[in-house]
Amino acid sequence: MIKVLPRNILRFIILVLVQVMVFNNIQFSGYINPYIYILFILLLPFETPGAITLILAFLLGFSVDVFTETYGMHAIACVFMAFTRPYVLQMIAPRDGYEAGTFPRVSYYGFTWFMKYSAILIFAHHLVLFYVEVYRFSNFFSTFLRVILSAVFSLFFIIISQYFVFRK
Amino acid sequence: MKNLFRFILKYHYIILFLVIEFLSFVILYQHNDFHKASFLNFKYAVSGNMFRSFTGIKDYIALIEHNKQLARENNRLYNTIDRLRSVSSEKETEVIDTFLNQHYFYIPARVINNSINKQRNFITLNKGSNHGIAPEMAVINNEGLVGVVKEVSPNYASVISVLNHDYAVSAKIKKNGYFGPVTWDGKSHEKVFLSEIPHHVNIDEGDTIITSGYSEMYPEGILIGTALDYGLKGGNFLEIEVVLSTDFKKLNYVQVVRNTRKKELNQLENETFND
Repeated sequence: MIKVLPRNILRFIILVLVQVMVFNNIQFSGYINPYIYILFILLLPFETPGAITLILAFLLGFSVDVFTETYGMHAIACVFMAFTRPYVLQMIAPRDGYEAGTFPRVSYYGFTWFMKYSAILIFAHHLVLFYVEVYRFSNFFSTFLRVILSAVFSLFFIIISQYFVFRK
Repeated sequence: MKNLFRFILKYHYIILFLVIEFLSFVILYQHNDFHKASFLNFKYAVSGNMFRSFTGIKDYIALIEHNKQLARENNRLYNTIDRLRSVSSEKETEVIDTFLNQHYFYIPARVINNSINKQRNFITLNKGSNHGIAPEMAVINNEGLVGVVKEVSPNYASVISVLNHDYAVSAKIKKNGYFGPVTWDGKSHEKVFLSEIPHHVNIDEGDTIITSGYSEMYPEGILIGTALDYGLKGGNFLEIEVVLSTDFKKLNYVQVVRNTRKKELNQLENETFND
């Protein structure tokens, strides 16, 4: 538990910086912008209290907002995603629940589980983010296409990171 | 109070979520102009619609009162109109503007009787000497020449129509200024004849025929009609068939032309002739 705190703080800072410095400059054909910083929320320990998750999500989103000057948008999306996380975890829980001392990672619960878990949450985040950004429902499907494509790329980078950066 | 705390504790997750999202939206609206504008638009649309509905309901309830008011107002206006009408028909003053030196003065009138199928057609107008109409005033409408006033009573005037054997008016061809009398042959209500035009004058179909202004009755340049055909008549003179621009079958509103300098002109001409 003692080790978890500084590691998460470090992860928070690094993910925000990587997102702002690197991934915000990747824009495939003006459509797709992967957002990998939400990996921080995905990797929070199972036991994290819901209230703490929400507050952390707000801080995370707001940090990205400050850099991109989109005050509020990422915060709204991150808080929404953090809010759905306990329900998603409950929904896709393995038959005998989550063991104490484990983390939501590929190395603990396998590729399929992590894929499902992150795909749902990334989709929730991107959905809210993109619609709050355009802030209208005309061009509904063009926005939806951006949501899907960006979510696919975010998922791709997040899963890759599981094998190359966040190994056990 | 205890229950409230219990409630908050039980649903603290959802409440916190709502609070943070609310806070985030406040930040969003405060820092992003587009979102702020959208939000305000939405707000105004909602409140506008609400106000409109309320006003609609209120108006509907007040409809009986409005109807009564309108009926009273109508009644009052009818009375006023009638009063004014009797006043105006008794005495209509005209203003002769000596400062601007208006040469012709126009008196509006309505045709109340008209014929086109006789050899001597007359038109009756609803205004007479009370309104400043006197014999020998020209009558025109927006299409062209109509006739000349023959007799007047206090409230009516009798007009000799262009379609009358006894009628003649001095006219000229607009493009070259050759003039002659225009008369009617008593056949068609659409045609008159311009005669005494020298035979060397070049005339084309469609040439405009206007009043010459050589008599004191008519202002110069009132449209009579357009040339249709022409032929030699009585030696050296041409007779031009003219299609009337005025449709005598549907005369309604006309203007009576009063020459404000007629007296002066007559006086001068009389002196000259008597000498």
